[in-house]
Amino acid sequence: MKSIGAYFIFLGSMFVRRESFSSYFKLTINECISIGWNSILIVAITSTFMGAVTTVQTAYNLVSPLIQNYVVAQVTREMVVLELAPTITAIVIAGKVGSSIASGLGTMRITEQIDALEVMGVNASSYLVLPKIIAAMIMYPLLVVIAGFLALYGGYIAGTMTGILTETEYVYGIRIDFNPFTVSFALIKSIVFAFLIASISAFQGFFTTGGALEVGKSSTSAVTKSCIAVLLADYILAELLLN
Amino acid sequence: MIEIKNISKSFNGTQVLEDISGNFDRGITNLIIGASGTGKSVLLKCIVGLITPEEGEVLYDGRAFLKADKEEKAQMRREIGMLFQGGALFDSKNIEENVMFPLDLLTDMKKDEKLDRVNNVLNRVGLENINKKMPAEISGGQKKRVGIARAIVNDINYLFCDEPNSGLDPRTSLLIDELIQEITHELNVTTIVVTHDMNSVMGIGEHIMYLAKGKKLWEGTSETILTSGQEDLEDFIFASKFMKKLRKTL
Repeated sequence: MKSIGAYFIFLGSMFVRRESFSSYFKLTINECISIGWNSILIVAITSTFMGAVTTVQTAYNLVSPLIQNYVVAQVTREMVVLELAPTITAIVIAGKVGSSIASGLGTMRITEQIDALEVMGVNASSYLVLPKIIAAMIMYPLLVVIAGFLALYGGYIAGTMTGILTETEYVYGIRIDFNPFTVSFALIKSIVFAFLIASISAFQGFFTTGGALEVGKSSTSAVTKSCIAVLLADYILAELLLN
Repeated sequence: MIEIKNISKSFNGTQVLEDISGNFDRGITNLIIGASGTGKSVLLKCIVGLITPEEGEVLYDGRAFLKADKEEKAQMRREIGMLFQGGALFDSKNIEENVMFPLDLLTDMKKDEKLDRVNNVLNRVGLENINKKMPAEISGGQKKRVGIARAIVNDINYLFCDEPNSGLDPRTSLLIDELIQEITHELNVTTIVVTHDMNSVMGIGEHIMYLAKGKKLWEGTSETILTSGQEDLEDFIFASKFMKKLRKTL
């Protein structure tokens, strides 16, 4: 409970004594490149295989003459858009970006770079962390959109190349009974997940004490806690927005 | 001038600083010395506000620092320059960007003016043609010099140095010490240096405060330190075999 309280105080501290807009703008652009652009490859690889595996496994489980082939694509679409693209990508991003944020800030802490900022009269939490959170909340939804498209494309390649279903059946399956709210839901989830991953990881890194070993521990802790928070938020959002 | 009054600080029930008071005058190098673990760095961090003491007050030219609100504190901190033990240069910025950083944040100067200022201070600390290098590409001594340049690039009134000689060879240590003293005199700033290096103590100690077990045991100058008569301080000064031999000759 104490650390949850400290986390909220940390979040609050970012909004007092802010620096000029221009300094945040430049930092946010840099963070967008670091968080978003540099994560495209890993997101592309994981999402393409995620879609392919989902199609193959759905087909494996739906072996019945009563179920038409296009249902495989329909199930793939629902799984990808509602859950896999936002949530699994969040777990991947927690591993890549979360650990990077925590270790970066942890190293700055133990090498007194954060102290140097504080001595200069700069609000270090605001200056270092706010751009990361804003950048994550801008870039992560875009990554989720890319992940969704590539997962569906991965499903298409796997489905058609292995003869599970035809191209026409796949396209028909991903178009039929499409509810656009599922995309909105995925984007809402992605914004919440981005905030949780960036803020929790920053919190873990910002308050690192000790040396290199502790930086590693902060990094591990950031990934673990971010993943738990993402899964918890996933359930809460599903209850709130889908029921 | 910086005045500290009755500073006390403990961590998890262990008293690290106990009722420390003293004055640090402008234009001279003030040293806080003592063995490792005696609370020197904690005292310095209390003075600059990185650690909040349980009791006491710090006055910057009469202005109460610890009781000031956040805005006042931020304003006073803008008059402070600090050299950290490892330099604390920002890894992601090159040398020029590191030194320019306080100007970017705290002034409205134009880019050309800032660049001139950066080049001036880098020249002042004896560094040339390293503007575009990254901190990882320069030596420990150069890092300290860049740290000093960053500390003085803005118009400061107070300069703090936390163990400026740590990790440096004796010759480079001497150069850094001399640089700190020259800058103190030139800019007429209030300088506080935390050190346990006796070469620094004898070389630049214009005012020395000796701490042991979190208490202030002695105050004086480099001229009076060898004849202080303070047993604990003498044990600290004459710790090595060489210094013990020297002690016998005194």
